[in-house]
Amino acid sequence: MTIESIVIVGAGEAGARAAIELREGGFNGEITIVGRENMHPYERPPLSKTVLLMPQTPAPATILDEQKCGAYQINLITGKEAIKIERGQKRVVFEDGSSKGYDRLLLATGANPRRLMLEGSDTSGVMYLRTYADALVLRSRLSAGKRVVVIGGGFIGLEVAASARETGCEVTLLDLAPRILMRGVPAQIAGQMESRHREAGVQFKLGTGIEQIHAPAGREHAVTLSDGTILKCDVIVAGIGAIPETTLASASGLVVDNGIVVDDQLRTSDPHIYAAGDCCSFPHHLFGGQRMRLEAWRNAVDQAIVAARNLVGGTESYAAVPWFWSDQYDKTLQVVGLPDLGCVTVERSGLNGNQLYVHLDEEGTIVAASGIGDGSLGKEIRILEKLIERRAKPSSEQLSDPAIRLKSLL
Amino acid sequence: MQEPWIEVCDSNDIEEEDVIRFDYGSVTLAVYRSDKNAFYATNGYCTHERVHLSDGLVMGNIIECPKHNGRFDYTTGQAKKTPACDALQTYPVKVTGGKVYVRIE
Repeated sequence: MTIESIVIVGAGEAGARAAIELREGGFNGEITIVGRENMHPYERPPLSKTVLLMPQTPAPATILDEQKCGAYQINLITGKEAIKIERGQKRVVFEDGSSKGYDRLLLATGANPRRLMLEGSDTSGVMYLRTYADALVLRSRLSAGKRVVVIGGGFIGLEVAASARETGCEVTLLDLAPRILMRGVPAQIAGQMESRHREAGVQFKLGTGIEQIHAPAGREHAVTLSDGTILKCDVIVAGIGAIPETTLASASGLVVDNGIVVDDQLRTSDPHIYAAGDCCSFPHHLFGGQRMRLEAWRNAVDQAIVAARNLVGGTESYAAVPWFWSDQYDKTLQVVGLPDLGCVTVERSGLNGNQLYVHLDEEGTIVAASGIGDGSLGKEIRILEKLIERRAKPSSEQLSDPAIRLKSLL
Repeated sequence: MQEPWIEVCDSNDIEEEDVIRFDYGSVTLAVYRSDKNAFYATNGYCTHERVHLSDGLVMGNIIECPKHNGRFDYTTGQAKKTPACDALQTYPVKVTGGKVYVRIE
């Protein structure tokens, strides 16, 4: 059967990149992207950084503008929510009762911020950051002297804390965990990032729970901690993780388990439907077929590209090494691979004072690398990524010797 | 009149298949030495976002942006992989007496 119509649900990074890849890959049929937000697809990484920091409100970093949609003949429908897939008839049904038929469907529905479930937390006074609209609201509330409480010491929380400090706010960051960046970032790097925040004037309250939140609109807020401390503040932002958006997949009978379940070719339990980006759970061959779900810019882009090729008959397996970065103040932090699989960590002094950690498994294979430093960190992490891809086993001595170029180990 | 040649560095200051950053006045360039020992120069910033290309990895004739992995052929400036779409400007380079020179037009 020829594939004449492809529908993409979700107009974020993955949805937009898949559409572009379909066209650039030579697909001539109809491409329709349907997005929930009332905007053209845009890049999310700047939302916690430049969008909060620039003196003038920056426009969104659009991936697919009007002109490109025209040039690529991509039919973009925004502000529309898909509620059901009638898989037998191969069509997507929308909230307004309309529907759209497909030959192949890509779900790129992304994720939503996890919400706090505390006494008093269910109010617009508690902010989350996921969309450009969220960023504009947060931006309007950050100004010099404002007291900001950030809940959650993950990437979003830390990037918001850094941006708020740079705007002149007083910032306190809370986390239930004993240290920041508990998930997927080695303690050495988390420690250095925490020091950088302290140096910038961020206060930390770690290993402390929250009892209650009081956040009336337009009035002083208060966060009551489990140790009885009451933090008075003007702004509360929570960054406590994300939950994959699987409502549509579940409602349509697709297999869902911490994300829409796909195989290594990103195909769901229905062979005509694929999924890519934050919403999907996929097996990774490089790590013994272990299932994972990644919330990262590059994963969204790379999966979108593989999904696009497979939607039109390809059989490519997705095997990119997980990689993410976070910029805070003048520092960048990067992690490639899965540090949790490592049992030996080798330290390496990198370029320009960068600090690198290479994580090896029991057999000495590199399974991850992480680092903190300036922009030049990217070059070294990229080489380490290639070593991970090749399942390289250089000796600890080679890895720790700064006189040995990393590139020579490739 | 043609712009003068500007000295960048000793040719050995750039390793083979690598890149360095070169600031001249308000201009930032990336200066490359290929795996075939030829020298090139382009804009110092990625055309997608303001990221230093000198922090990226050189593989053959390709420079890869360290942030979003956009790729360019640094010998021609041509964009090779999204999200990079716009070409890099390239600059003439010459090597004489073991020194690398660039002309900023």
